[in-house]
Amino acid sequence: MTPLLQVESLSKFYGNHLGCGEVNFTLWPGEVMGIVGESGSGKSTLLNCLAGHMAPDTGRVIFDTRTNGPRDTVTMTESERRWLARTDWAFVHQNPRDGLRMNVSAGGNVGDRLMAVGARHYGDIRRQAQDWLGRVEIDQARIDDRPRAFSGGMQQRLQIARNLVTGPRLVFMDEPTGGLDVSVQARLLDLLRGLVRRLGLSAVVVTHDLAVVRLLADRVMVMKDGRVVEQGLTDQVLDDPQHAYTQLLVSSVLQV
Amino acid sequence: MSEAMIEISGVAKRFVLHNQGGVVLPVMEGAALSVHCGECVALVGASGAGKSTLMRMIWGNYRCDDGSIQVAGLELCSAEPRDVIALRRTKLGYVSQFLRVIPRVPTLDVVAEPLLAQGMDESQAQVRARMMLTRLNIPERLWSLSPTTFSGGEQQRVNIARGFIQDWPVMLLDEPTASLDAGNRGVVLDLITEAKVRGAAILGIFHDAEARGTVCDREVDVTGFTPARSAA
Repeated sequence: MTPLLQVESLSKFYGNHLGCGEVNFTLWPGEVMGIVGESGSGKSTLLNCLAGHMAPDTGRVIFDTRTNGPRDTVTMTESERRWLARTDWAFVHQNPRDGLRMNVSAGGNVGDRLMAVGARHYGDIRRQAQDWLGRVEIDQARIDDRPRAFSGGMQQRLQIARNLVTGPRLVFMDEPTGGLDVSVQARLLDLLRGLVRRLGLSAVVVTHDLAVVRLLADRVMVMKDGRVVEQGLTDQVLDDPQHAYTQLLVSSVLQV
Repeated sequence: MSEAMIEISGVAKRFVLHNQGGVVLPVMEGAALSVHCGECVALVGASGAGKSTLMRMIWGNYRCDDGSIQVAGLELCSAEPRDVIALRRTKLGYVSQFLRVIPRVPTLDVVAEPLLAQGMDESQAQVRARMMLTRLNIPERLWSLSPTTFSGGEQQRVNIARGFIQDWPVMLLDEPTASLDAGNRGVVLDLITEAKVRGAAILGIFHDAEARGTVCDREVDVTGFTPARSAA
């Protein structure tokens, strides 16, 4: 089996300040990896470098493309990267407004991504949009409503539908449950877990919520001041943390 | 003798508490045992002697500092996360003491999940889940509800239904009969016996001596793995 994503000594600086440094990991098909750490630890910088939103200063990000096999996404052309972003990759933003077109109907938001990869048949596009609204538990009668008429949880689910409709193999998520009420979070987590399993997706999930990581991720990477201080099997890192910072993080979680 | 499914030797474990002055707590040394197909071995020893610690090391959520832990042929002490994930998906089952689930997910789905993770078709997995829940006397009216609001005994039975829904070759049981009434305790002991008959290798912690006597073939006292208190 070929790894889906291989990251080798990836670093990103903001001037003299380290964004993230010397990150190495391999993600296999079907694996979900969590990245945890406090704000400013470099986890979003890393995610943006992986997803091609930001150019790292050093390192390689080898992605196993559907058509051409393993390619370094850092050195490929901008148009190749954009194509990947529309096909093999998906990016779920913390704020659904960053990932949705707020003035376009729910159906249009989902259909938009299909059209970006060449779909032209209106009936097909609408049918697929309808199917995906159902899969993310949005009433299909709302297909012509605009996302601004949706609740936060619905917007987030719409963003997920928009992202998954083109059958990506790797999903990047930035605090996907971040701005949601706890009851809505639980439903979204269950939905994400089901989709990941059914579609055999791989995912890289950035979150500061250790409970989200435990429920969603197979593996976890702990970041502090731009460095990965510990990584491994999720329950091993959370139940038997080795690094001082991870121990502090785990012991600081409030019990309900 | 049949093949050993769990084979442990020279295992050591210590905790380093970085945020409490870097205290080093050696908790285990020279642990050794093996569990073969078709047998059930009980871990015994006083509370705090390290039964759960050893079991967690075999499940893989505790790191092993020294020695060797082989489960179904995989060396856990040096395994990659994805190898451990594959082992847990297909060969190693674990009934922990506590049920950890996503809130609001129905009991039926919680129980069916290990089969779905293996790629079994949803309706087929649900049929098996119904069978297990019926066997463990969880009333059908509760199946569509999340187990988070259930009583301790009910949660434990949901946990057992989930743990036994798949025919794992290797099983770890942490107090499977705790907080159960006599009838349900009998069901669990039957499940364990059936698993042994089909050839599963089982390692368990049972405080209930009678249950232990019924299903366990041998006992391993973990007190022998406690490090000498030289540091104190």
